[in-house]
Amino acid sequence: MPATIRVELPQHLRTLAHVGHDVEIQVEGPVTQRSVLDALEERYPMLKGAIREHVTKQRRAFLRFFACEEDLTHASPDAPLPEAVASGKEPFIVLGAIAGG
Amino acid sequence: MSQVRVLVGTRKGAFILTADGKRANWNVSGPHFAGWELYHLKGSPDDPNRIYASQTSGWFGQIIQRSDDGGKTWHQPGTPPGESTTGPGGMPKGESNKFAYDTASAPLTTHQFYDGTQHPWEFKRVWHLEPSLTDPDTVYAGVEDAALFKSIDGGKNWKELSGLRGHGTGPKWQPGAGGMCLHTIILDPKDPKRIYIAISAAGAFRTDDGGNNWKPINKGLYSKYIPNPTAEIGHCVHHIAMNPKRPGVLFMQKHWDVMRSDDAGENWKEVSGNLPTDFGFAIDVHSHEPETIYVIPIKSDGEHYVHEGKLRVYRSKSGGDEWEPLTKGLPQENCYVNVLRDAMAVDTLDKCGLYFGTTGGQVYMSPDAGESWSPIVRDLPAVLSVEVQTLQ
Repeated sequence: MPATIRVELPQHLRTLAHVGHDVEIQVEGPVTQRSVLDALEERYPMLKGAIREHVTKQRRAFLRFFACEEDLTHASPDAPLPEAVASGKEPFIVLGAIAGG
Repeated sequence: MSQVRVLVGTRKGAFILTADGKRANWNVSGPHFAGWELYHLKGSPDDPNRIYASQTSGWFGQIIQRSDDGGKTWHQPGTPPGESTTGPGGMPKGESNKFAYDTASAPLTTHQFYDGTQHPWEFKRVWHLEPSLTDPDTVYAGVEDAALFKSIDGGKNWKELSGLRGHGTGPKWQPGAGGMCLHTIILDPKDPKRIYIAISAAGAFRTDDGGNNWKPINKGLYSKYIPNPTAEIGHCVHHIAMNPKRPGVLFMQKHWDVMRSDDAGENWKEVSGNLPTDFGFAIDVHSHEPETIYVIPIKSDGEHYVHEGKLRVYRSKSGGDEWEPLTKGLPQENCYVNVLRDAMAVDTLDKCGLYFGTTGGQVYMSPDAGESWSPIVRDLPAVLSVEVQTLQ
């Protein structure tokens, strides 16, 4: 049975995807950064390339990933996400790095 | 009654300025795509309500937007949300934001980097969109790192015309201060297989076979800051303009020097003449007088603002060499804005209208071929591009 994952997107990506604060997506199999982002991009194709590079699938340099108050930006994309994310209790957060003076 | 629609790309969104043929009272809509950099918007000559826009961000990458109703509503032309991104057989459906170099046809090589080392090609953004003259669904995109892409399905899918990037001189191309961008695309209205492009800092190129093969067209350019000032490539061409009624005659604003070619770029000669400085970015040609050209001199490459604190458009009615300043209505003191390469345009009304946008957020308009100017808007974000559509 697929897991229902909550993903929180930065404002500009919400506008692009025409969604609200959180989106819910269904993820089959292990819940990892990769599987969550694959499912997110499949559901919202306009986000392809906006979080990860189209070709290399590398995280875009100025985006970061958080969950459960942990910075998961540099975690392996195939590492399991925290149980609270996999159970839908906590969101997987995509955050734009802060810039400006 | 004629109308004009001015498409303005800025650092923080797009704006659409419309007026009737008198060009006196303007309606401003926007910001569209608020907060994003809009490098360029351009309408299809064949269907003016079809407009393509390049929306980019250092955070979120490249987005292509399309309007089919003259800029009232916009959508990304790729697969709609909720639909599978793969079709029968697992083939990808439209991914309108995907600009992947065609490495099967031209292996991904390296180009010269700022420090003189070789650096691999990396896609960054679309600088310029050039819709086909005859088919609204066909559009070209000039990108950074320099390459030319083409879509034949309204921007859903993009394919690189890799013969350009695969040109043998590629390893000698290098980025200008703004990046290694393909910023100019000119389609020849008399010969659909002929396209001109320009890259900073590689120079100008031309194809005569629809984009398979390209030749550098930089003979006559002189750039004293490169190892061989008359090299076949390596010149920092800032922009090229052509009057569509006279294809083959080209005008160029190079990093320094204003140039012209009367033989489709085979040979260039300098026509800077009496300009106060021949550094600049924007250049354009009068719609009805093909020997009347316009530039906006910028002080220098170290000081990207207008000369002497005065915003002056310079006009030559003789195809170059002899220039006159046009200042009526433009600030003549304490002005330190820049006008970027894609930020000047001409309409095709009977009395040719000129438009340009500044890094200070003003969009100026002249309804009388440059004799007098007034701002349409004064306080937009820094202007990156200006295009105008003349609507009947």
